[in-house]
Amino acid sequence: MAEGTHVPIRKYLVVWLWLFILSALAYFIDVVHVPAPWKAILLVVVALMKAGMIMAVFMHLGYERLSLIYAVVAPLLFLVVMTIAFLPEGTAILGSHSIVAP
Amino acid sequence: MATAELSLQHEFHDYTLRSPFRASWQKVMMWVFIVVDALTFGSLLVSYGFTRVSIGTWANPAHVFALHIGGKEIPLLLIAIMTFILVSSSGTMALAVANAYERNKKRTVLFLTLTMLLGLTFVGCQVYEWTHLITHGTRPWWNPYGPPQFGAYFFTLTGFHGMHVLSGVLYLAIVARMVANGTLDRRGSYQLVEIAGLYWHFVDLIWVFIFTMFYLF
Repeated sequence: MAEGTHVPIRKYLVVWLWLFILSALAYFIDVVHVPAPWKAILLVVVALMKAGMIMAVFMHLGYERLSLIYAVVAPLLFLVVMTIAFLPEGTAILGSHSIVAP
Repeated sequence: MATAELSLQHEFHDYTLRSPFRASWQKVMMWVFIVVDALTFGSLLVSYGFTRVSIGTWANPAHVFALHIGGKEIPLLLIAIMTFILVSSSGTMALAVANAYERNKKRTVLFLTLTMLLGLTFVGCQVYEWTHLITHGTRPWWNPYGPPQFGAYFFTLTGFHGMHVLSGVLYLAIVARMVANGTLDRRGSYQLVEIAGLYWHFVDLIWVFIFTMFYLF
């Protein structure tokens, strides 16, 4: 059996560089005050890009068998469902907290 | 025992050992843990999002986590530095894994040690951050910056993540020792380094989302 999953070192370095660039970009988006809906969209896109690169290359998921990729990614879609289900519900009870201070 | 029966047993044995994921059980188990842990962190983040949306107002993290340098307030500087440190540690971890493939013991231990040092620096920054907020009166039930829930989620999210980093440092220390004293050579496999790497990169992955959802929004 072949040991582990071999990823060329160059690929690691390229992803590493991109992670620095995208982190700086996310910080920049926050500092320059991008208008409301665009800020959220840009931040989520940048976060998902970083997550995708870490999983695909650093965690070698892109080099694994398709069955393992599905087994890992499919349960995570549940988080998307939870976000869609609960965040609008939050606006529905807006202002009903008894303690909001200071 | 008859030979036919023996060969049947061997066949059965081979069949049950063949992983549908074509990966070792050690690696598959780490992935199982990571998926479960991701759902736990996901639940915490969704709960945080729900709370924040339902309150309507929130503390301004850019201001709360600013550093003052030369009398000027630089927003979120500490968090930017922490992100930089953690991304760096992910890179050194990847290099440790790459060197483990080549069975280069010295460099594997070197990069594992660098990764641990960066991890400890990250936790050090977090200790500074917690101390700063606590001395200014932040508690899980009250804080001077916004709704009380801000303090509760701050401690829960960063505390949970910080514990992961600290556990990761301990994990890497054990792995580095096993590389250095030749345990992995005797075992004939360096896969443990790759599996420890999965955990470490996952902790970085979680930070991407905490950084985005808690600090930047």
